Amino acid sequence: MSERIREKLNILADAAKYDVSCSSSGGTRKNDNKGLGNSHASGICHTYTEDGRCVSLLKILLTNHCIFDCAYCVSRKSNDIERAAFTVEEVVSLTMNFYRRNYIEGLFLSSGIFKNADFTMERLVRVVKKLRLEERFNGYIHLKTIPGASDELIREAGMYADRMSINLEMPTEAGLKLLAPEKSHQDVIKPLSFVQNQIIQFKEEKKLIKSVPKFVPAGQSTQMVIGATPETDKDIMQTADAFYRNFSLKRVYYSGYIPISNDNRLPVLGSQPPLIRENRLYQTDWLMRFYGFHVNELLNDANPHLDIDIDPKLSWALRNLHHFPVDINIVSYQMILRIPGIGVGSAKKIVQARKFGKLRIDQLKKIGVAYNRARHFIKCADTPYQLKDYQSTQIKSFILAESQSKYIKNDVNQLILF
Amino acid sequence: MIIYLIDGSLEGLLCAVFEWFERKPGPVILKTVQHYQPDAFIQTFQVDNDLNKADRVWKGLQRKLDKRWIRHFYCTFLSELPEAYSSLFEFACYIFSNPPGAEANYGNAHVLALSQTAHKVEREKHRMEAFIRFEHTADGMFYCGIDPDFNVLPLIMNHFKNRYADQRWIIYDLKRHYGLYYDLHIVEEIQMKNVESPENVENIESAEHKENPQSIQIPGNLEGACSTENETTSKVWSKPAKNIRSDKESLYAMLWKDYFKSTNIVARKNTKLHIQHVPKRYWKYLTEKRQDS
Ligand code: SF4
Repeated sequence: MSERIREKLNILADAAKYDVSCSSSGGTRKNDNKGLGNSHASGICHTYTEDGRCVSLLKILLTNHCIFDCAYCVSRKSNDIERAAFTVEEVVSLTMNFYRRNYIEGLFLSSGIFKNADFTMERLVRVVKKLRLEERFNGYIHLKTIPGASDELIREAGMYADRMSINLEMPTEAGLKLLAPEKSHQDVIKPLSFVQNQIIQFKEEKKLIKSVPKFVPAGQSTQMVIGATPETDKDIMQTADAFYRNFSLKRVYYSGYIPISNDNRLPVLGSQPPLIRENRLYQTDWLMRFYGFHVNELLNDANPHLDIDIDPKLSWALRNLHHFPVDINIVSYQMILRIPGIGVGSAKKIVQARKFGKLRIDQLKKIGVAYNRARHFIKCADTPYQLKDYQSTQIKSFILAESQSKYIKNDVNQLILF
Repeated sequence: MIIYLIDGSLEGLLCAVFEWFERKPGPVILKTVQHYQPDAFIQTFQVDNDLNKADRVWKGLQRKLDKRWIRHFYCTFLSELPEAYSSLFEFACYIFSNPPGAEANYGNAHVLALSQTAHKVEREKHRMEAFIRFEHTADGMFYCGIDPDFNVLPLIMNHFKNRYADQRWIIYDLKRHYGLYYDLHIVEEIQMKNVESPENVENIESAEHKENPQSIQIPGNLEGACSTENETTSKVWSKPAKNIRSDKESLYAMLWKDYFKSTNIVARKNTKLHIQHVPKRYWKYLTEKRQDS
């Protein structure tokens, strides 16, 4: 018995790991029935994989049997691999027992499609219902929406899940058609907008009637695979931007493609996943969501790709030197956020602290500003007078020279690629 | 210059602030008894604890600071760092000597020290919430021993109480020799005798289970921010030895280790990032990092 469950777990965790989302944030569930678990608003990473990704949820497939044959997926029908399927009870007891030991924040359940979409979705719903209703489990549940499942099933799932997601997979329709001819972005858009409308509707009703249950309280997310098809960074981020806006997504995830087959439509086996590129995309995503940048400022026809050697905020600043230097003691909070070397935390501290007197270099350093980077773009109380105006290429080489050693050590494997 | 000598309690610290405003002796060096070495050239003033005075200062701080800053203050105290006491003292004096809102002055060294120390303590709290791994014993207790850098038990209590409301658990601070015990109703502070010191946490597996947890005596509650150090005479309770773990314990520990391995993507291996997130000193907590069983 224990051997079989081990085997299943190995197969179905391995197949689920390519979905990079592991966030447990945004949960609002309270433990008010003296059951097990509550949600931590910002989520908790209980451990990290050896590749440095957060492990917050028990991320598994219900089964890796699948009737589809998407070229980028390990579970595709034509792939010769071991197949397995959990029973509803097995998933429930794994979740409960892991949670009780403080291993996890909850469950992320996805599945290959066996028989048809509704059959699969119905099983997923049974798992979440059992956890919530029978086991009184209040931990986090992220449930995959199965494309093509009926509105009724999706609606029922949403009553028990904290987050639902459905993956775009390829950043453009053309890319998707190339690798998964049976799929289209429309299959993703339909359930995304259905769930979004339900969320709005439930919220409206809750305003009138307190007892209306929560519906997908942690919102929806999606994932795009990067580097399997030849899209530009601009294509990718414009798609992300559109989905953030049109479906109020909580997160878009970018997953550097890891070669898993020798299909000639895809990068060859053994080539490195594009990890720096993935990182730059996440940085761009953050700049859009938390730093007030519009996607077109960072990526446009003149600059369709992100720089690999420097981060997107520095790239933007170097392209826009006419905005700088700015006086840290006067300039708006929004502009402080745009200065390379200053993050949200430091920016907030600066606007508070400068009310008490003009800030000096040593104070900025203590507050947490990366001064060696920021100094090219700012003035403060004791900035030395500088005769010469540097060109952006000069500033870039100063900054790179300072961070070079660190950079090379970090990313030597990946740098060879570009 | 004068040395103010306090006993290291929050009460003593608050009394020192009170005394300074009473006596206004000018520049002060604050020392705790643990870190005090008599100095023939500097006058020493022994601060006596007085709950009334401490209470007045505490209430005064609560009037001048919002909840977030009261928490920064408390967290900095729990850091137990030698320099934290004087930061707290100087900070409190600074706050009382200035108009409301002075805590926003991050250009001030003590304001910044509090904000940064509190940040470290909160991070340790968060790590404990993440890295604690309960073991299920044969008599139904979920147990974990820890040795956090800072005294974070008072900070993590509510999190675990709310989350694990339907199971009995113990979290024990092996370094500070006290723990929390939740009996399905309330959380109590407990002390154990003969418990392993943190230096040999690895040897803990051989510890014997000596006493039934039901017999633990109940000290006062932990809710009051000022009173975390309760004198108690609790019974002995040691970490479960292997032979008294529940039947399923090693199965789930093994499944968790399996899961940890399966979810890794070898092509993305990044040891530096891994260690940055899980510093090695925490590995001893982690079931998935342990080689045994
Ligand atoms: S439908 Fe999903 S599980 Fe099936 S092959 Fe496509 S991506 Fe993989």
